Amino acid sequence: MSELKRTPLRDFHAAHGARLVDFAGWEMPVQYRSILEEHKAVRRTAGLFDVSHMGEVEVRGPDAVKFLNHLVTNDVAKLFPGRVLYSPMCYPGGGVVDDLLVYMRGADDYFLCINAGNIDKDVAWMREQAAGFAVELVDRSADYALLAIQGPRAAEIVQSLTGAKLGLVKYYHFTEATVAGVHCLASRTGYTGEDGFELYHAASEAPALAQALLEAGAPRGLELAGLGSRDSLRLEAGYPLYGHEISAEISPLAAGLGWTVKFDKGGDFVGREALWAEKQTGSRERIVYFKTGDRRIVRADTPVLATDGTAVGRVVSGTLSPILNEAIGAALVAASSAAHPLAVDIRGTKLNLHLVKPPFVELKKSSSA
Amino acid sequence: MSTIPGELRYAKSHEWLRPESDGTVTIGITDYAQNSLGDITYVQVPKVGAALKAGDTFGVVESVKAASDLYAPVAGTVTAVNSALDSAPETVNRSPYGDGWMIRLKPADAASLGALLDADAYGKLVG
Repeated sequence: MSELKRTPLRDFHAAHGARLVDFAGWEMPVQYRSILEEHKAVRRTAGLFDVSHMGEVEVRGPDAVKFLNHLVTNDVAKLFPGRVLYSPMCYPGGGVVDDLLVYMRGADDYFLCINAGNIDKDVAWMREQAAGFAVELVDRSADYALLAIQGPRAAEIVQSLTGAKLGLVKYYHFTEATVAGVHCLASRTGYTGEDGFELYHAASEAPALAQALLEAGAPRGLELAGLGSRDSLRLEAGYPLYGHEISAEISPLAAGLGWTVKFDKGGDFVGREALWAEKQTGSRERIVYFKTGDRRIVRADTPVLATDGTAVGRVVSGTLSPILNEAIGAALVAASSAAHPLAVDIRGTKLNLHLVKPPFVELKKSSSA
Repeated sequence: MSTIPGELRYAKSHEWLRPESDGTVTIGITDYAQNSLGDITYVQVPKVGAALKAGDTFGVVESVKAASDLYAPVAGTVTAVNSALDSAPETVNRSPYGDGWMIRLKPADAASLGALLDADAYGKLVG
């Protein structure tokens, strides 16, 4: 494990009994107590995730909006200070480079959060795309730690540690706040479908902030939660994971993220022409979300079969929903097959896929948006 | 450090075996195995009456992480299966040597137990 990158909380995780694994070259906790118990804690009370391995990039300059609107498919011009935008960033062919969050801090001052496994690729791509725009890009990934606290009691826990009026921070908005003495960008966002905050802060302060959140949260039912439960939660919420539901081969349109592609935002953006063509003809393949009514997990790469047994796609994500007590997942299937009965074969048993429009469970993310 | 009760016998594939007073043997997976698997989500066991040879796959144990075959440590006929695991597979994590037992066999040959590992030998294997 000595070659793996570590977040500032690696020793904190080890001290709390985390099972540490290699995730995208980082030594990260997959679980502490139990993936299923941590998942349930997030839905019932609160969970605390270390996602410091994610990347942060500052984008500043007079062409910041123009550049970002060229770079991503969603409309950055809609932002105002304190607002967050989710968007994919595409290749000219319409495939996805990464999905990310765009924060507007002020005029010509933006902050991006990108996936841990894509940091180098994303930064190189952005620099290439920035040619000809008056912007400065600074990779701040090493300077920031990120703690995500998610669940019905998450906001209450953070509020107990800050004087900032978090009730005024609506979903997909953010504020600067001092939490347990640590300066944070407190973002009302998350990857679980629950209410909660993601707290961006200086890497050196992560152990103190994590400890304070744990102490304030434990009496309120807060549990430390690892990447295992983070994955089952996001899948239950119907959120895509890069490399699974979106990728260089799977466009936002194929993934059901058409709402993030704003063809009429004015001006060209990378991938616009290819995505427009795909919109006219319809995607060749589509991501569908499914459940099976059975507890056997349908794992990624399992072939998806039509009634006659021919393979018409493959599973891209699969887990057990501890809330539904059945297997759930997502699959990439030929668009023409999506309306017909689909099944998978698990060790000789045929299980029918019941297609679901996500989320799989009712999401309680902050409704004050 | 995993728990390895001294009175049990063990297979290299991480099943344990306990001889019962009526001549049958009870079989499950070890503490080391349940810990490696993580949250167990599904256990598939054979039907009562199934005849197994030593080394035959008698079922599957699934966790969030992976699915793993279960191997019969000795030959025999299945006399009982733990159907409580259908609705509570996590019992295997909680109590791998107790309530998490999986099947009971009538061994074809009582002497075959001798070929299995004792607690010390299994401890060296997983230590």
